[in-house]
Amino acid sequence: MLEIGLAHYLIVAAVLFTLGIFGIFLNRKNVIVILMSIELMLLAVNINFVAFSTHMGDLVGQVFAIFILTVAAAEAAIGLAILVIYFRNRGSIAVEDINMMKG
Amino acid sequence: MIIQALVFYVFATISIASALMVVSSKNPVHSVLFLILCFFNAAGLFVLMGAEFLAMILVVVYVGAVAVLFLFVVMMLDINIERARQGFKQHLILGGSIGLVLLVELVLILSSTFASPDAVAVASVPIPNIDDVHNTRALGQVLYTKYVYLFQACGMILLVAMIGAIVLTLRKREGVRKQVISDQVNRTREESVEIKKVTSGSGI
Repeated sequence: MLEIGLAHYLIVAAVLFTLGIFGIFLNRKNVIVILMSIELMLLAVNINFVAFSTHMGDLVGQVFAIFILTVAAAEAAIGLAILVIYFRNRGSIAVEDINMMKG
Repeated sequence: MIIQALVFYVFATISIASALMVVSSKNPVHSVLFLILCFFNAAGLFVLMGAEFLAMILVVVYVGAVAVLFLFVVMMLDINIERARQGFKQHLILGGSIGLVLLVELVLILSSTFASPDAVAVASVPIPNIDDVHNTRALGQVLYTKYVYLFQACGMILLVAMIGAIVLTLRKREGVRKQVISDQVNRTREESVEIKKVTSGSGI
């Protein structure tokens, strides 16, 4: 219990990942909270990478975590930009209003 | 050892609790603030694992840039909170059951031993002793040599994201007076100066 090992970090990351998925289901009408849930899931993945990196004594895991951080930042920027122009055009960001391209 | 365990449990508990608040909070502004708290505690976990550089990057990039971006957007958009909360109850049951199943599966996988003890021996870039080379320097020595192409690709991704965000949100507004430099430079004397003959004592 007091010896903190790999499994402890992996379980924290698993709980965070699950909370991210739970958030997507819970806030199906609110796109901003869905984006935040995706950020939470990416954070969980990063914790996994760093935990394995330190446990295995391999630095590549941390290098990869930096790349994930970059992609997450780019994704958040583009997602929020799309959200802003969507709100400007429609005056709402509710998910069920996003149906203009429905056949 | 006890202090390390204590610090781990504090960071882990706060980060999980704030993640729960992110997804269940009524007000999106509160969600963003709890997201910031969650990132701070995850950075603490990173420090505990010995990845100081990543911890600081997490604070700078996520808290300093991404979370503030979220905060700007949440405050800029006028979100109908009541409408966004519709159907929260029935989604709670579905999402909760799916989340629970996933969590149980993940924990079942994690509780089995799957990491071979020989894996340490085959590390492609072994972590150097912290007394010789500290974490930031070790990361730089790998990132700028072995993974330099991937590093450049990351820069390209950020550039594309930046240009994309600017192009997406740029708009031409009607009725805004702007300086057009070419028009100013191309003015000729004929179209801007008018010479009138004024007879003395009468005015124009």
